[in-house]
Amino acid sequence: MGNTAIVRAMAVTGTRVVTAYPGSPTPEIAEAISRIPAPERPFHFEFSTNEKVATEVAFGASINGHLSCVFFKSVGLNVAADTFVQLSMMELAGGMVIVMGDDPGCNSSQNEQDNRHIARLAYTPIWEPMDPQEVHDMYLEAAAWSQKMRMPVILRLSTHVCHAKMRVRSDAYTPQPLDPTPRFDAAAGPYLPITKLVAPLKRRALEKLEKTREQAEATPFTRVIPGAPGTGLGLITAGLPTASVLEVLSTVEAPPDVLRLGLVHPLPARAIADFLRTHGEVKILEELDDFLEQGIVQIAYREGISCRIRGKEDLEAWIGEYTPPKVRAILHATWPGLVSATPPGGPATPAAGDDGPTPRAPQMCPGCGHRSAFHAVAQALADDDITVADIGCHTLGFMPPYNMGQVLLCMGASPGISAGLSLFQKSRRVVAFIGDSTFFHAGVPGVINALFNRHDFTLIVMENGTTAMTGHQDHAGSGANFNGPVQSMSIRDLLVSMGATVREVDTYAQGRLTQLVREANEAGGFQVVIARHPCMLAHMRRESRKPGHVRRQVRILKDRCDQQHVCVMRFGCPSFFLEPDGGVHVNEDLCIGDGSCLQTCPSKAIAPPAAREDS
Amino acid sequence: MTHTTQIYMIGVGGQGIGLLSEVLAHAGDLAGLEIRAVDTHGLAQRGGSVESFLRVGTRVFSPLVAPHDADLVIALERTEALRGLVHYARRGGRLVWYETTWQPLAVRLGREPLVETAQILERARALDVTAYPVHVDGLPDPRMQNVAVLATIAGLGWIPGVGVDHFRRALTDLVPPKAAAANLALFDAVSSALPSPVDPAK
Repeated sequence: MGNTAIVRAMAVTGTRVVTAYPGSPTPEIAEAISRIPAPERPFHFEFSTNEKVATEVAFGASINGHLSCVFFKSVGLNVAADTFVQLSMMELAGGMVIVMGDDPGCNSSQNEQDNRHIARLAYTPIWEPMDPQEVHDMYLEAAAWSQKMRMPVILRLSTHVCHAKMRVRSDAYTPQPLDPTPRFDAAAGPYLPITKLVAPLKRRALEKLEKTREQAEATPFTRVIPGAPGTGLGLITAGLPTASVLEVLSTVEAPPDVLRLGLVHPLPARAIADFLRTHGEVKILEELDDFLEQGIVQIAYREGISCRIRGKEDLEAWIGEYTPPKVRAILHATWPGLVSATPPGGPATPAAGDDGPTPRAPQMCPGCGHRSAFHAVAQALADDDITVADIGCHTLGFMPPYNMGQVLLCMGASPGISAGLSLFQKSRRVVAFIGDSTFFHAGVPGVINALFNRHDFTLIVMENGTTAMTGHQDHAGSGANFNGPVQSMSIRDLLVSMGATVREVDTYAQGRLTQLVREANEAGGFQVVIARHPCMLAHMRRESRKPGHVRRQVRILKDRCDQQHVCVMRFGCPSFFLEPDGGVHVNEDLCIGDGSCLQTCPSKAIAPPAAREDS
Repeated sequence: MTHTTQIYMIGVGGQGIGLLSEVLAHAGDLAGLEIRAVDTHGLAQRGGSVESFLRVGTRVFSPLVAPHDADLVIALERTEALRGLVHYARRGGRLVWYETTWQPLAVRLGREPLVETAQILERARALDVTAYPVHVDGLPDPRMQNVAVLATIAGLGWIPGVGVDHFRRALTDLVPPKAAAANLALFDAVSSALPSPVDPAK
């Protein structure tokens, strides 16, 4: 996997400090790191509180002489940006690689932002691999250049580069002993970008970037893949779309030449100018925005090249992942005579209107504490109250049957949004949700603001003790970090010390939670309810590994069930199946025997959890 | 002329499609073929549909399989089998699925009927797709359903160039040691008991 290959490359290059905040498509990098036993792990790794802190830790390590790496998802850059934009002005003595996992197609993100733009904003080079082998190889290049030039270098991955699998070759790895000497030298800077000092620092950053252009020209990753002779047509691409282009062109009789770029910033101006000069018509094929197109058109204009350059020709070209079918459709639209609309001998057009079953959306797991919380909170709210979601598993509360969470922006935004929604009005109570990892990540400033500026809403902290959505990474409140047990930080104590009024309850105590939310809403002002229950997916995984583990489940007492369907339709645990006769059946593969459903049945027709007959 | 087998896998988050795709890819690698694979990760895991792509052959660039272009659709659940068939199977392709049901939300809310096995068979006939449901009575652990499916694909020789031994070795390499014996026993029982095993070398 791309996310595994990069860990090998970290070890091979002698990377000493690696930091991150979990976010798809990158968390498997940390899973691969966790598979190296701690005594053999050649670097320090941590999940920092958020992407900005992670970037700062990696920066600090680098100016102390250690090669460092920070990784995060696409939108993580927004959090890290304040720190990130300064890096190119700093002498990064040990080198520093920034790994960004962009998400074209929004597989698991709230937008599909194109992080290549940061390269121009912050004068930083970007490498773009197309597959796991190149992830490994380009990391080596990026690290070496970063060390040599003492500048930040970005390795930009995308979802299907991170998660792609193939056989990857790597040179033999010889562990190098760690030199722990703190080599920070203030004279090597300056490291204080203050007013008049900024101009020389910026000049140096621009000079380093210009030198990197030579590497962009010289690297073997920038190369022309020859097509059929004499077509006069050319294609420029980079990153994952390269694999799709090669796939599509392998079925084309007279394919155009392809110029594939290894670095997308700075652009190899000579290689591009040569390519433009030798082709009558060149198509630029790039995922998301017209980043390459702008640079290439600029080169053509400056050099006075008369090649016909074709970039994005409709809005759809800006949207979604460049899969082979998408690339085929674009190339067919560009050169209809050259590339057919469907692959030769390929699929027939499917029957119209044949869409198959309704999409199966994700949902909260059996036993999830959030389900109990939403079920209970719903009963404390008026119909037109406003609910504000945040990022995490509890975001899923927006779906039926809960319909909780009507607004969502990004990590930690719910307290701020709710403060704004509550201004000038008392008729519609505003209720915000936030998870515990998100609370630590970016929620705290919004909470402080609510107290400081005396805002008027209820914040429900959905505390499950982990960063569940991205695969159960520990956070400051978990009682452990990546490397071992630590004192857990209490969200309740933090809030109390800030001066907040805090109510707290285990979410399985649904009646009590309903009552606390009612009280909080009636009290008015900024109120906090901590709705706590450990993540049951993580809990059950731990439990099922213990010797003598007994699988338990609830069952429906058929004689008592009067088919009100609260369990299946309103509480909505996926273990409950609706029978064709209107009865309810508990799926034994899904039910974990948590029993949180018992209290929801008005007819008391759910029998308490008991050992499965076959266990 | 080179041939690449295009495989599309689909199941419900939690059913173990990750292990299945891992074993299939490793088996292809052991057979000396080039593989490109990719799973969906992250948010989709929580009870939603999860899909995985695998391309096995001799000249492969992209890990993605195009809609209506899969030679083999593998599903771990009945509703997902119909979904995979409709969206990904190519005309004349093959479908194998584990005959179990995880009711989707719309069914549990009483808004839609559950997909019936007959519906899948009928649709498969219309698309000229060979359909093969798998079910093993009394499996001790639902997490072994994917092994039953794996053994079926192996026994039927449905990935050209990859033999039963490759699958078996891949399974041995990738299941946790504690679960290996039970899984291999199931693999052997299912793969050897198929009505018409095909030798992939022929």
